[in-house]
Amino acid sequence: MKRLRLFFIENAVVILFVILISIAIPASGLPGKFLLQEILTRLGRSSFLVIALLLPIMAGMGLNFGMVLGAMAGQIGLIFVMDWKIVGIPGLLLAMLISLPISILLGWLCGSIMNRAKGREMVTGFILGFFMNGVYMMFALYAMGSLIPVMNPELLLSRGYGIRNVVDLASVRQTLETFIPLKVAGLNIPVLSYLFIAAVSAFIVWFRKTKFGQDMRAVGQNRAVAGAAGIAVDRTRIIAVIISTVLAGFGQIIFLQNLGTINTTNSHEQIGLFSIATLLIGGASVTEASICNALIGVILFHLLFLVAPMAGKNLIGSAMLGEYFRQFVSYGVIALALVLYEWKRVAQDENSRARLRGGRTDVP
Amino acid sequence: MGHIKRFAADFGLPRMIIAVYLLGLFLMAPMTGVSFSGALSDVFTRIGMNGILVLALVPMIQSGCGLNFGLSLGVIAGLLGATVSIEMGYVGVWGFVFAILASQAFGAIFGFGYGVLLNRVKGGEMMIATYVGFSSVMIMSIAWLALPFKSPVMIWGYGGEGLRTTISVEGFWRHILNDFLSFQLAGHKFPTGAILFFLLVSLVIWAFFHLKIGTAMTAVGSNPIYARASGIDINKMRIISVVISTMLGAMGIIVYQQSFGFIQLYDGPLYMAFPAVAAILIGGAGVNKASLTNVFLGVVLYQGILTMTPLIFNAVLKLDMSDVIRIIVSNGMILYALTRKTKVLK
Repeated sequence: MKRLRLFFIENAVVILFVILISIAIPASGLPGKFLLQEILTRLGRSSFLVIALLLPIMAGMGLNFGMVLGAMAGQIGLIFVMDWKIVGIPGLLLAMLISLPISILLGWLCGSIMNRAKGREMVTGFILGFFMNGVYMMFALYAMGSLIPVMNPELLLSRGYGIRNVVDLASVRQTLETFIPLKVAGLNIPVLSYLFIAAVSAFIVWFRKTKFGQDMRAVGQNRAVAGAAGIAVDRTRIIAVIISTVLAGFGQIIFLQNLGTINTTNSHEQIGLFSIATLLIGGASVTEASICNALIGVILFHLLFLVAPMAGKNLIGSAMLGEYFRQFVSYGVIALALVLYEWKRVAQDENSRARLRGGRTDVP
Repeated sequence: MGHIKRFAADFGLPRMIIAVYLLGLFLMAPMTGVSFSGALSDVFTRIGMNGILVLALVPMIQSGCGLNFGLSLGVIAGLLGATVSIEMGYVGVWGFVFAILASQAFGAIFGFGYGVLLNRVKGGEMMIATYVGFSSVMIMSIAWLALPFKSPVMIWGYGGEGLRTTISVEGFWRHILNDFLSFQLAGHKFPTGAILFFLLVSLVIWAFFHLKIGTAMTAVGSNPIYARASGIDINKMRIISVVISTMLGAMGIIVYQQSFGFIQLYDGPLYMAFPAVAAILIGGAGVNKASLTNVFLGVVLYQGILTMTPLIFNAVLKLDMSDVIRIIVSNGMILYALTRKTKVLK
């Protein structure tokens, strides 16, 4: 009985969303097969991005709002590939290769800045995302086509420089999903996307077991102790962010090739919000997250994504209402996770202070 | 040389670059054929519009709650006040006064709840404030669809549901402050009333921080342990600071609306806090220390850049990079404040 209660408390967020969705699915009236196909597709599309968040959490840096930097790097890679007209899987791989050095540079920058703001990494990463968005816009809207040669005029704005607002990815669109065609019971399974996700999951699992992965976990648990044990704390933290940024870049490429278009100025902006909300809905916290959380999160978040507008329309007669509700959930779950994390931290602080006083907690 | 170095350290390098940049823009104005007095009038209008929103950040910074990224909560209170006033059909000065009074009531209620929450998450206020702000904007978006407003100027005309996304205050209290005692300055209007109102509210806040309660609040921000030892109720002080900040935010957005001419609902308040935060930081405030000088200097520099950059860039380069420059300058400034050791600039 006690264990059951513990299970409910620990998985409160997931259970809440399961209940919410089991009400919303019948209300939306959408057919089950459609939902299943969509979820299979979206698992392939978004999981990689969500998994990119895991390492900084392990290193004690919280939710990496700076992952949008990686997304920008991924988009730059894709834009170049579109310009050079390299199609299909080779195009995607080349885009990833181009994004790699950019991601490493941006990740190093992000990690160094976060090291200067220990204890407020999250808000710093969040603002850094906005800041680099300005730099990215400068690059995409002014430098491309003027300072950096762009051969394909279709990519450019009519004024002669700057990338168009929408870049069509027709030549690489859904190549991952269709490379190994597999149909099970009438449902398309994006095999290669899943293989990519399996590969990154295997990498994370392996990485955790290495000496360096253990060091990272130690840094996450207690910086001072880890430092005293001879671990290079700052360096470890920077590497965690670099890996996260690189994975976010790859993830964004996988994400966009599935959608088939880039919105040059804002495809990356919401990625941080959505990926973080997804991970949290999957039951993760600011200090603890697993691959399982990521996958469950993708399923639950996207189910809600799919059914909320229709459910809103059928229940209350307004599709907008469902949409606002969904956005509220994305923001709200992040707020909730942060509040729970801080509560726990404050309680722990008070506990350790009480222990210093000999266990008395009633001191005014 | 030592003098210059010390001045640079006191004034802060980024702030100096921004000041020099703004000065450069103003100096270039006559050469490019941009009307100098017109630009100046624009700058003053924007200062009047945004001043109180920037001022609203001071109490929470002073009490150690950090940068109020949840200012959108105050903005929501202001939107409620404004819409209720229009719904009641009050016009002119009374409409404006009623809007402010109503918004203060909402602001006090929201601020209290927000303050209680922030007291339980000491140390993590900024990120939580951001997302509490974001999620309340979304809750209110649902409310704007559902609330039973009747006034035909506010609801959608043909079979739509809920309130419009933008509501004009034309015919209610548009420019009620801007036109008060306004005069022509070389052919351009000077928004005397708005500036005076901003100064008046600043004066009240200045006086507040010289009362016993204001001093106690500052003590909580600069050294909570010392404050507790001197018998100050830390949590109470923090809640009061959050309530005042939220109420000022509510008042600030109404002043903004009377100048702008429209009430922006739904997603409108989502990013309202960020320009205000950038402005006060450009003015030299730190994450836990801010003064009225920071507010004035910040709002002048920030709004100056915002007004002058597009004018000059368009005239000289035929290139509108103002949006990109705004994003880089304002977020760069917030980043700088978050990463530096907390030293206060004069």
